[in-house]
Amino acid sequence: MIDNFDAPDGPSIVSITDRVKLTPLGAAVGSVHFLGDRAFFVGAEESVAIVTKDGEINRVPTHFGAILCAASDGKRLVTGGDDGKLIAIDDKGETSVVATDAKRRWIDNVALHGDGTLAWSAGKTAFVRGPKGEEKTFEVPSTVGGLAFAPKGLRLAIAHYNGVTLWFPNMAANPEFLEWAGSHLAVTFSPDNKFLVTAMHEPAMHGWRLADSRHMRMSGYPGRVRSMSWSAGGKGLATSGADSVIVWPFTSKDGPMGKEPAMLAPMPARVSMVACHPKNDIMAVGYSDGTVLMVRLEDGAEILVRRTGGSPVSGLAWNAKGTLLAFGAEDGDAGILEM
Amino acid sequence: MVETSQKIPVTVLTGYLGAGKTTLLNRILSENHGKKYAVIVNEFGEIGIDNDLIIGADEEVFEMNNGCICCTVRGDLVRIMDGLMKRKGKFDAIIVETTGLADPAPVAQTFFVDEDVQKNARLDAVVTVADAKWLSDRLKDAPEAKNQIAFADVIVLNKTDLVSKPELAEVEARIRGINPYAKLHRTERCQVGLTDVLERGAFDLDRILEIEPDFLEAGDDHDHDHDHHHHDHDHDHHHHDHGHGGLKHYHDEDMQSLSLRSDKPLDPTKFMPWLQQLVATEGQKILRSKGILAFTGDDDRYVFQGVHMMLEGDHQRKWKDGEKRESRVVFIGRELPEQAIRDGFEKCIAT
Repeated sequence: MIDNFDAPDGPSIVSITDRVKLTPLGAAVGSVHFLGDRAFFVGAEESVAIVTKDGEINRVPTHFGAILCAASDGKRLVTGGDDGKLIAIDDKGETSVVATDAKRRWIDNVALHGDGTLAWSAGKTAFVRGPKGEEKTFEVPSTVGGLAFAPKGLRLAIAHYNGVTLWFPNMAANPEFLEWAGSHLAVTFSPDNKFLVTAMHEPAMHGWRLADSRHMRMSGYPGRVRSMSWSAGGKGLATSGADSVIVWPFTSKDGPMGKEPAMLAPMPARVSMVACHPKNDIMAVGYSDGTVLMVRLEDGAEILVRRTGGSPVSGLAWNAKGTLLAFGAEDGDAGILEM
Repeated sequence: MVETSQKIPVTVLTGYLGAGKTTLLNRILSENHGKKYAVIVNEFGEIGIDNDLIIGADEEVFEMNNGCICCTVRGDLVRIMDGLMKRKGKFDAIIVETTGLADPAPVAQTFFVDEDVQKNARLDAVVTVADAKWLSDRLKDAPEAKNQIAFADVIVLNKTDLVSKPELAEVEARIRGINPYAKLHRTERCQVGLTDVLERGAFDLDRILEIEPDFLEAGDDHDHDHDHHHHDHDHDHHHHDHGHGGLKHYHDEDMQSLSLRSDKPLDPTKFMPWLQQLVATEGQKILRSKGILAFTGDDDRYVFQGVHMMLEGDHQRKWKDGEKRESRVVFIGRELPEQAIRDGFEKCIAT
C-alpha cells in the first residue's frame, strides 16, 4: 500500500503532510472513530463532529457536559457523559438516548459487543443491555476503571481496584476474578481471546493468560499508558506512555512473558495515541508535541503525517478498510489522510 | 512550580461530622464572588444548590504499588479529575470535600503522585472546619479529628457563639498544641472571609515565606472576620518563643509539631539525604513538613514541603541583602521521635 517508507536511519523523514485534509474543529478532541468513511470526532464536551474525507464538518450535539467515554463497532458510536446519559449515534448522525442514569452519575466507561450488546458503567456498577433490550447489572468492589467484551461469547471484563472481574451476563456461573494489586483502568482482550491486558493507574500494564491466569508484568513506562492498540491479527499490542511506541509481542503461546518489547519511533516527546492499521503491519502514532507518524512495525520505518507543533494528539483512528486515517488534538486541530 | 498560575487550584475541605463543612460549602457556592467552583462532595443532596459541577465521590483510598503503606491516593479523585479536565474553562477552582471521618492525606497525596492530576491542578490548601463546642472532646476520642487539625493549613473554628470565652481559649490552646502553624479563624455559622480559605497557596513552594507559628503573627488573621472577639493574649506573642503569658499551653499526647532552626548554614550533601531518609523511615508519623533552608555556598533559598513520605523542593529565590540566612524546618506528626530528629538536624549543620 505504501512503499515509500523511509529507512529508520535515513537522512530525512518522508513526509506526506501535504496529503492531509486539515479539518480544524475548534474544540478539544477526546477520541475519533470511523463509521464507514466518515470520521466521528468525539469532543471533550458536548458534541460530536462528523467529518467527511473532503473536510465537510457536521456537528451533532450529544451531551450537556463532558463526554467521558466512547466506543464504536463500526455501525454506531456510543458515548457516555457527565450528564448521566448514554447516547448512540448512527452512521447518518442521528442520535438517540440509550440510557439515563437514575442518579445522574457519570457514565465512565462504555463497550460494544459485535452482536449489538452494550455495556457501560457508572461508579461501581456495570450495566449490560442485550440486543433485545434486556438489562442486567453487576456490582464490583470499587469504581469500574474499564470495560471490554471478549471477542468470543458474551463475557465482559470489568477492571477495578486490585484486579479484573470476568462476568458472564447470560450465565448463572459465578464471575471469575483475576487479582493483581493496584488500580486497573483500561482493559483489552487479545483478538485470539487468549490474553487479557490492563493499563494500570501507575505507569505499567498487567496481563493474564486466560487459560491458567498466569501473570504478565509489563512495566518500565515513564508515564501512564492511556492508549493501547492490537496490531493486525493480534500479533502485538502497541502502547503509549513512553517516548517511543512500546509494542509487546503476542505471537507465542506465552505472550510477552520473558520477552522484550519492540521500541519504535522514538521522539523527544511522549507517545499519546497509537492506532494500528486494521490489515497491514503499520501503525499511526500521535505524540504529546502534536506530531503524527506512520510507523512500519517490522523495522520502525517512519513517515511524517503531521508536523510537530500544537497540543497533544488525543484522537487517532483508521477506518475499517484501512484507507483513511483521522487524527485530532487537544487544541481542536484535526485532519484526515486518504491513503 | 512551572506554570503554577495556570493550574486549577484545589482546596481540600475537611472537618469532623457536624462541624459545619456543608455550611461553608453552601456559602462558597451561593455568594456572589464571580468565581465558579467545581465541588467534589462525598454525599449528594446535602448541598441545596443546583450546579452541574457538583460531583459525588466514593472516597476510594488506593495504595500505590510501591511498597509504601502510607502512600495512598484517592482513586476516585484521579478519575474525577480526568473527567473534570474535559471541562477546563468552565470553572475557576475545585473544592474537594471529604467525609467527617476521612484522613486528608490520601487526597493531598493524589496531587503529589499522579502525573496527570499534577499537570492540570495544584493543591491550594487543606481547610479544616472545627466545632468549637465539641472539638476538645473529639480530640480525645476521635483520631480522625486530630488528623484533620494536624493536617490543616487553615482552621475555621466554628460555632464560637456556643462556647464561653474560657472554653474558646481552651479549645484554641488544644488546637495550637497540635498545629501552631495553621491560620486560625474564629467564626459563627462559618462566617469567614472566603479569601481567607480559598486561594491560599499553602502548597505553593513560592509562597512558603513564613513558617512561624500563626499566633506569633500579630493581628494578621484576626482583623477581618472577628474583630468582636477580644484577643487577649496576643501581646505576649510578638516576641518569639518567650513568655506564653496567660495562654494555656497544651502538649498533645500523641500529635505534635516540631520546629528546628539554625543560623549556621546547612550542608546540602548531609541535609538532603537525612531528610529523605527521615521521611522514608518515619513518613507514616510525619503528616506535614515544611522548610526554608540556607545551604553552604548557595546564594538561593531552598524551600521544601512534604506530606508523609512525599517531598517536593526547589530553589526559591536569592537571599536578599541583609536578610538573615536562617534555616527553619517544621514537622507536624504523631509520636515524632523528637530527639532523634533534633540530633539528625544538628549533624547537618556545616562545620
